[in-house]
Amino acid sequence: MNTSVLAENISKSYNGLQALRNVSFGVKKGELFGLIGPDGAGKTSLFRILATLLFADRGKAMVESFDVVKDYKKIRNIVGYMPGRFSLYFDLSVEENLKFYARIFNTTIQENYHLVKDIYQQIEPFKKRLAGRLSGGMKQKLALSCALIHSPEVLFLDEPTTGVDAVSRKEFWDMLKNLQQEGITILVSTPYMDEAALCDRVALMQKGNILSIDRPEGIVNSYKPELASVQSSNMFDIIVDLQEFEDTASVFRFGDRVHYTSESGAIEKEKIESFLKSRDHDHIRIEKIKPSIEDCFMELMKEEKTEND
Amino acid sequence: MIDEYIIEVKDLVKKFGDFTANDHLSFEVKKGEIFGFLGANGAGKTTAIKILCGLSSPTSGQIEVAGYDVYRETDRIKRNIGYMSQKFSLYEDLTVKENFQFYGGIYRLSNKQIKSRTDELLGRLDMLKVKDSVLSSLPLGWKQKLAFSVAVMHKPRIVFLDEPTGGVDPITRRQFWEMIYQTAESGITVFVTTHYMDEAEYCNRVSIMVEGKIEALDTPAALKKQFGVDSMNDVFLKLARTN
Repeated sequence: MNTSVLAENISKSYNGLQALRNVSFGVKKGELFGLIGPDGAGKTSLFRILATLLFADRGKAMVESFDVVKDYKKIRNIVGYMPGRFSLYFDLSVEENLKFYARIFNTTIQENYHLVKDIYQQIEPFKKRLAGRLSGGMKQKLALSCALIHSPEVLFLDEPTTGVDAVSRKEFWDMLKNLQQEGITILVSTPYMDEAALCDRVALMQKGNILSIDRPEGIVNSYKPELASVQSSNMFDIIVDLQEFEDTASVFRFGDRVHYTSESGAIEKEKIESFLKSRDHDHIRIEKIKPSIEDCFMELMKEEKTEND
Repeated sequence: MIDEYIIEVKDLVKKFGDFTANDHLSFEVKKGEIFGFLGANGAGKTTAIKILCGLSSPTSGQIEVAGYDVYRETDRIKRNIGYMSQKFSLYEDLTVKENFQFYGGIYRLSNKQIKSRTDELLGRLDMLKVKDSVLSSLPLGWKQKLAFSVAVMHKPRIVFLDEPTGGVDPITRRQFWEMIYQTAESGITVFVTTHYMDEAEYCNRVSIMVEGKIEALDTPAALKKQFGVDSMNDVFLKLARTN
């Protein structure tokens, strides 16, 4: 079997609140698979079910061909799990934390040092420091080292980069790419849409549903309307003005520009330009662009909403 | 026109033992602007924000917030600012209305003022219908918008927003920024931190802290020009090379 992680029609609710609705997906061996979505998407529930820490209400899940309910002990031995909230003991030192996790899995730091070396070396100068006194970026590196020290076949990383700055995030993704080279299957979740592009395949999630599963390019290619980036001398009022334009379907701020789609789906530059001029905008720049994952996510959110209405 | 400053910081130093968290910070925030306060984890942002909010004393330096001294007039500062973060916001087991009452009380608003501000702010969010709902029953995006409204209900002169959009979906995140714009337009200065680099572009001016120092401070356009790059993300990556 080529599949490492399999979820089939998983549903879970807490006191009537539906956290996961019929979620199905598969992760191939050696794949870097991303669960992309905001808080409340159901990412953590899904991880906890796959990590054998929570029962689903319905559905079936397998990790490396083991059933998450029947074979939970086997799964726990081959999975490394880094929960969103730090899994570290803050009153133990850096080294003690790593030793602790190695001992739980009946191994030693020496035995699997090659796996964590690149990551752990960056925090090794501080190995006597209490984990609670590390910076966010260093805690994250230690937590990843702890999740890796028993040489797992599958890594579950629940929002490892949330609240982490752009530089540390980039370094973290470089580390994941290296781990993938070691043959480890990685399932990682993130609320940062730009990180989707770094995965082999992603599931976009919202409110317990999977909106789409595909390679990042596939998601971008299935975005239907034409998309334009619009800039003008008055970026402050541009949103409100364009929202009053009859052709507008959506207008969202993206950094120093706005992304625009029209009701017809086609971008008519001249019409947009003359409308903006009539609202006293000048230095108008309109460009057709390729959508980002974030554009796709927002488009899928709108479709989902229309279907539910 | 001469810019009027609402925050003036000169040579702010904060040490914890041998460690210098803030190393001679000097900057001003203009009245009514949206000021982005960026930096890597551990760069010293939280330390500086705590000092500006009157929650921690600097080791040295001259700092005035809303015209008040951070050494001697912390009570006055606290009355003139609002604060919201992703982690600390509203009480989950109180209703929306009770949260407004609680914070309004803390800020010493009269019952009449609390009532009118609650209705005004909820009306603007189109959330009057959830006035009596317990907070825990509401979606995260709504809570974030409510938390922001509560932070400005006493009409502070400055509102500090510490990663206000963390974990929020992309549409709500953008709606939140439209609220920030409206707030700034009403004359309230917005001091905001974020890890979303596209949001850095929405600020009037941005400072970037690296290892306790401010390494860059300007408009996003000027910073991109200065570093010869196309996005604030690239500015940040060029500057913030800490561990």
